[in-house]
Amino acid sequence: MSAGAPPPSAIDPLGDVAVTVGPPRDDAKMARRERLQVLIHSKSFIAGAIIVGFWVLCAIFGELLVLQDPLASNPLDALTAPSADNWFGTDRLGRDVFSRVIVGSRDIMIIAPAATLLGTVLGTALGLVTGYFKGPVDDVLSRLIETVLALPVVLVAVMAIVSLGPSNITIIFVVGFVFAPVIARTVRAAVLSERELEYVSAARLRNEKTPYILFAEILPNVMGPVIVEFTVRLGYAVFVVATLSFLGLGVQPPSPDWGLQVFEHYGLISGGFWWPVLFPAAAIAILVIGVNLMADGLTQAFEGR
Amino acid sequence: MTRFILKRIGLGLITLWLLSILVFFMANVLPGNVARRVLGPFASQKAVDDLNHTLGTDQPLITQYIDQMKGYLTGDMGRSVSTRQPISDVLWPALAHSAKLAILAFIIVVPLSILGGVVAALKEGSTRDRVITVGGLSATAVPDFVWAVVLLIVFSLGLGIFPSTAAWPDGSGIFTQIHYLLLPSICLVFVLFGYIARMARAGTIEALDADYTRTAVIKGLPQRTVLRRHVLRNSLLPTIAVIATQVGYLMGGLVVIELIFNYQGIGQMIFRAATQKDFPALEAAVLVVGVVFLLSTLVADILYSVLNPRVRLGAAE
Repeated sequence: MSAGAPPPSAIDPLGDVAVTVGPPRDDAKMARRERLQVLIHSKSFIAGAIIVGFWVLCAIFGELLVLQDPLASNPLDALTAPSADNWFGTDRLGRDVFSRVIVGSRDIMIIAPAATLLGTVLGTALGLVTGYFKGPVDDVLSRLIETVLALPVVLVAVMAIVSLGPSNITIIFVVGFVFAPVIARTVRAAVLSERELEYVSAARLRNEKTPYILFAEILPNVMGPVIVEFTVRLGYAVFVVATLSFLGLGVQPPSPDWGLQVFEHYGLISGGFWWPVLFPAAAIAILVIGVNLMADGLTQAFEGR
Repeated sequence: MTRFILKRIGLGLITLWLLSILVFFMANVLPGNVARRVLGPFASQKAVDDLNHTLGTDQPLITQYIDQMKGYLTGDMGRSVSTRQPISDVLWPALAHSAKLAILAFIIVVPLSILGGVVAALKEGSTRDRVITVGGLSATAVPDFVWAVVLLIVFSLGLGIFPSTAAWPDGSGIFTQIHYLLLPSICLVFVLFGYIARMARAGTIEALDADYTRTAVIKGLPQRTVLRRHVLRNSLLPTIAVIATQVGYLMGGLVVIELIFNYQGIGQMIFRAATQKDFPALEAAVLVVGVVFLLSTLVADILYSVLNPRVRLGAAE
């Protein structure tokens, strides 16, 4: 650091310096610009964004990008190997695997982000409350969170979906509810350190209402961890939704969803028909890795790791 | 120390109790009318009422819950809706099967990922480190069924060196069994390597930076002795904790891998129960998985405190 005025500090031990009330806006703007710089220069974030962007385009334009109807079955051409006509071959009903892989991004690209968003909103609210109040509220909720976390996520989701019946809306709610406790735990940890800071005591002294302190004062200051957690969870959501579809409990036929395609054809591998399985499986892997690369870049930007 | 362990067991029991309520709620309350969900919309009202009566689901919820827990505590898990067999006849052998796969996977993945983590930490920031860390985490992020089908295509269909199922013929010797279990175990290596290596790496980096390591180097100990005596001992502590938390996943989260490799473990049992809407079997199996997870985290916590002199001595004061 070069010579010059020391950075202004709100807790100057020497006393009679003017203390500015309210958040230091210029600092916040600077920090945001700095983070953006880190993001743009982060190779993993850019690579991840390109991959995810590609699948977003496929999800939006879907049928416009492919020459063949992903749902048109043609039993006479079932299970033909990859060729010039069908780049990725055809599946057991003679449908073109290439167009199914491209269009198959749609369901998962809607369900996974929606579920993650729901989980993030619920989890953030839960984390704010448990972190801020400590005491009995925190004890009870933390124990409940611990309980949900004692089961593998996929098991909880399987059980809930069997009880409620599978549909895209059910998956969004179930995955959202399962993620909420995990996100709550991260947010709670961030809130625990924030609540000891001066701006919170200041708001309390000003007699602000508790919801105001939670959502208008503390929430903006824990947005970093919330955003990082959102992207990390998004990767898991793709994982869980694809797994549920693979178990036949997620997206339902005749959707060209990737997990469902693998589910419908994995039994044929030992018969030598690898193409209707390998291509959708690879699509899942590429999407998950893309989301994780983005999460890696965001973590670096926000936590300076 | 004893107080810490007692407190930890107490908390575990509370979590277990809450878990039993959660699982009960999902299996008995969420479906609405249980027998109607089992039999479908076209079954006659009488058939539905009869099934609800046999299952006990026409009783008040509190009575149902107490009856079930009494049964579980005495080892009676009720009967399966689809096969009418006692659930425990299927569940315990399935759990033993799962344990076999879990143990083999652990034997392969634990040394491998600790080695990976330590090797990465010794050259922190190098290409080698990036490859191990990013590669490991990407492998972890990819769903297990994707690894399973890719490995099947490459090693079973392509190279033909592994069978395409994990269900060995009856009466196979231990080496044949291992041969059949190797491919699913390799899937688990892909899934778990990233987690464990990351913990081992973080622990090693911390121990390398610590004052006691610097002292050991300055006083002239050979590098190997420093690594073995000072770094590794400290870096492996957090690794043990994360390994134990994976036991729960291995003993029940393997629904997908057991399904693909047609392996009769508890994961496959849960999948069967789920597709057949066999709520009593589903409930029992999921609860057992939760208990295994709670037990393994309990053991991890206690082991951690026994091995870590700071926690051990701190609690004794």
